[in-house]
Amino acid sequence: MSELWWWILAGCAAAYGIKLLGYLVPEKILENERATRAAGALTIGLLASLTIVNTVASGSSVEFDARLAALAAAAVALLLRAPFLVVVIAGAGAAALVRYLGWA
Amino acid sequence: MTPAIKTALSISVATGLYGISYGALGIAAGLNLWQVVALSLLMFTGGSQFAFIGVIAGGGGPGAAFGAATLLGVRNAVYGMQVKAMLRPRGLKKLAAAQVTIDESTATAAGQSDPGEQRLGFWVAGIGVYVLWNIFTVVGALLGDALGDPKAWGLDGAAVAAFLGLLWPRLKSAEPVAIASVCALATVLAIPLVPPGVPILVAAVVAGVWGFFGRGPATEGLEPDVEPHNIPKGDR
Repeated sequence: MSELWWWILAGCAAAYGIKLLGYLVPEKILENERATRAAGALTIGLLASLTIVNTVASGSSVEFDARLAALAAAAVALLLRAPFLVVVIAGAGAAALVRYLGWA
Repeated sequence: MTPAIKTALSISVATGLYGISYGALGIAAGLNLWQVVALSLLMFTGGSQFAFIGVIAGGGGPGAAFGAATLLGVRNAVYGMQVKAMLRPRGLKKLAAAQVTIDESTATAAGQSDPGEQRLGFWVAGIGVYVLWNIFTVVGALLGDALGDPKAWGLDGAAVAAFLGLLWPRLKSAEPVAIASVCALATVLAIPLVPPGVPILVAAVVAGVWGFFGRGPATEGLEPDVEPHNIPKGDR
């Protein structure tokens, strides 16, 4: 099996272990306000970071291209309260269109 | 059909459908069909799955992908605790409940006030999303295979939109917006300095420290929403 497969299976095991942890650990330990707040901030920070990496990262350099149009289109779709799938399609459509027109 | 079942089913359909985008993006990232499907069957937490393929798509190594996916899954431990308090599952049920403990099932259960309805909401949403998410993952992966050049179809733009869509419902007040902004900035600064994939982990450290020493409400970023927008209060 390839290295990627092992990391995938490790990721799946870790994900399940974390889920189960919530059921097994006594409430007092996890009901710590600091821990909860850190978990919430972690979620926000990771999603923000993933958004930006996918928008501007190209290997180890920052590049502005058609993906910026995708970000803008997705933001507009979200402001218009579009459902998730429509948001994703808007992002894809914007990037494809900008590329097709040769703008980026 | 009780209100909990109704909410759970509509959430299952809406969430399950965007398994299409996950499946297509997974193939575009370079994973094969079985790897994409394995993540949906076994990892089964959408944000982490998107994180895993997002890091790979950006040229990051599988170790960094594992790190990003695992850290993004940490919130599920908090959800598990909340569901445990509501449902009190025992024995083998606990093991099954853990696997379907995600944003959507937790939100559906938490939106009900009657204990029986909470139980129904959790299980119907959890199992409903699980089944549909996996079916549509396969559909998306086959579609991604058939599409050919992912960039011509804007699939890299789809990934950007997907992450923004996952982030959006958590930006409900000033502090989450500040955390998101600082982490985005830290990411951009880190991109030229560290290997691909690692900027995401840098942002995770920034966010974790911020949360741990911060003073905001304990639930910020953790009110799991279904879809990018709040469901009407009456349904919760």
